[in-house]
Amino acid sequence: MYHKEKSIPIKNSASALYNNLGVLRIAPRRLTYFTVVHANVVNMVSASWDGLNYSHRQLQSKEPNVATSASLIMQAAFCSLQSRELLVVTSQKGIQMYESDGSIMVYWHALDTPETTTAQAVFARGISAVPENYICVGVSSGSILVFDVPSKGTNISLSEVLDEHKESITDMASECSGSQECIADLVSADDGGNLCVWKSGEEFQLLHKIHGFDMSCSSVKLWKGTVVAGYGTGQIRLYEAVTGILHAEVNAHARWINSLDIAPFSGLLLSAGEDSLVRVWLLNLTPETNSVEIAHLHNECVTDTQICGAKFCDSDGYAFAVTGYDLGCHESPLPRVGAAGAGWRETVQD
Amino acid sequence: MSSRTLPLLFINLGGEMLYILDQRLRAQNIPADKAKKVMNDIITTMFNKKFLEELFKPQELYSKKALRTVFDRLAHASIMRLNQASMDKLYDLMTMAFKYQVLLCPRPKDILLVSFNHMDAIKDFVKDTPSILGQVDETYQQLIEMYTPMCSGEFQLIRQTLLIFFQDMHIRVSIFLKDKVQNSNGRFVLPISGPVPHGTQVPGLIRMFSCTGEEVNRLKFTNGGNYAAATREGSFEIFGDRVTKLGTNMYSVSRPVETHMSGTSKSSAQKTKVNAAPNPLAKEELNLLAKLMGRLEEPNPGNADSGFRVNLFATDEEEEEALISRPDELSYGVLKIQATKDLQANAELAKIMGEFTVSGDQSPSASSKGDDLLAMMDGL
Repeated sequence: MYHKEKSIPIKNSASALYNNLGVLRIAPRRLTYFTVVHANVVNMVSASWDGLNYSHRQLQSKEPNVATSASLIMQAAFCSLQSRELLVVTSQKGIQMYESDGSIMVYWHALDTPETTTAQAVFARGISAVPENYICVGVSSGSILVFDVPSKGTNISLSEVLDEHKESITDMASECSGSQECIADLVSADDGGNLCVWKSGEEFQLLHKIHGFDMSCSSVKLWKGTVVAGYGTGQIRLYEAVTGILHAEVNAHARWINSLDIAPFSGLLLSAGEDSLVRVWLLNLTPETNSVEIAHLHNECVTDTQICGAKFCDSDGYAFAVTGYDLGCHESPLPRVGAAGAGWRETVQD
Repeated sequence: MSSRTLPLLFINLGGEMLYILDQRLRAQNIPADKAKKVMNDIITTMFNKKFLEELFKPQELYSKKALRTVFDRLAHASIMRLNQASMDKLYDLMTMAFKYQVLLCPRPKDILLVSFNHMDAIKDFVKDTPSILGQVDETYQQLIEMYTPMCSGEFQLIRQTLLIFFQDMHIRVSIFLKDKVQNSNGRFVLPISGPVPHGTQVPGLIRMFSCTGEEVNRLKFTNGGNYAAATREGSFEIFGDRVTKLGTNMYSVSRPVETHMSGTSKSSAQKTKVNAAPNPLAKEELNLLAKLMGRLEEPNPGNADSGFRVNLFATDEEEEEALISRPDELSYGVLKIQATKDLQANAELAKIMGEFTVSGDQSPSASSKGDDLLAMMDGL
């Protein structure tokens, strides 16, 4: 169903984090940006579609104007809003927002860090754009920061703080189908596996809270009103967002799931975990019967690799890319092992 | 990231160090009484009450250099001496072993079981010495108190923090290569077979439900691996069967331990990035720790009569050769400890310093910026 393509080189290996791959397709310029976090650095590579040109950039998590030691980055993700795209980077010290090519930092928000180190870790993690003009970021305390983003310029401001979760935020996602009919705009997940479903606005409204089962939900997606959640047990669950009704439960992976992605036009779902496996599924929604089905389509094993990021490269799911812990640019007799970002493309039947 | 990582890193690395030293002491036919003294001295220092108090405080992980320095001091806490090449090799083995254990842990929480395996073995090393046993038992309590209430996500954060510490280390260890748990390119083998972790189901089942919660359909799919159901869970108490073999002594059968320097990663770009801005606070912490470790109640470790050297290589020539041929990017660069003016200002540290009897003046010597505290202690 998919065949392996040439791997994309990145400057450093990927760190073991949740959702450690960002992808932004720039169709007019026929290239795609990829971001992979390595400790306190975001590695960006801009890859031309013909596979011939790669250009690299590295972003560090240093605070502007402060000469303290760099802090570790938890996540980097592209946020696509109506009129602009930003790259958001979250770390132990705060939140940085860059223009999507990483060239200029447009905003910095510092987290409240206590003077002496506390037992509870402090960091920001969980990033989602919420159309039309919000970017939401989660915090280790369980709070969600809602930023108001103007269509251009640096006048970004903190609009609201949502305090529903009591455990560290792991991931967040907004409705990605593009459908105007969906009531729920955002879903947030935490270390206890709790999921909160929100409606965006000047004041975000909590629509529903789905209680966890004491197991971290590390990756979450929202598509056509369905929450897709991946857990540390290797299970994937599908819930109806506004009611919390469980549609399906999949014993998907043999280890912790680190990444989920959905191709919004086709309903393809990608899941990847520490068990070295990437799996492709198909979601099927029947609005008349309000039923949601999930079917398994494909497996891909990235040998001896704990996968920490997996994303489709396009909205149809024709191709996907994967990063794994310790996979980096290094000399090796086997070209495919030497790569950091491994790519697969759908095999076209003749 | 997680501020609770250091105790686990230290105890597990310390445990591996003891396994290796125990094997080398026997392989070199060191007299039993001397070998026992070395093991006891090191374990006593590892579990020094004040030291552990510092260790268990919430804090970020030390840099690689700083931690290596701590273990340098620990290895020399007794009458045993190690040359640079042997110390390098010892540290390589320790770190690769723990990296392997962290990676292979089926669940992040299992790192605690690995730690208990190390603790159980340490307890066995000192079972004839009640004073040290007491210290070890107290540490069990501290571990249980601190870690058993943690949720899965917090353990995963600890694991992620450890994996950042071990990032890009691919030193080949002959025992791992022989057992086929490591590939010739230095990467560990991650099997897609065997029992799934406790709490996980074997992949392969999709269940779909109606709005009222009834199961309406079941689908199976091929999982691409060869998995079995989970085994029983290991014990998180002071005594108990840990079930996992990770963290147990793999050197029990006398096998020569070699590391291979060739074929490891040449890209050292990220090495400088991560250590870019040396954190002065970490140095201060290290200073305190190194000082605490120097508080030995045992006789002067510099006594030439009972001292002896341990070699981690088969011959002295091999050891010398290893030192010369070690690639630059793999050198650990041990930190030089210097007492800063701040130390005197800090009341708590000054109090502990006061428990030291330091002869001679404390003003900076002509040749260095500040006092070299370790040198002072060695001269006592």
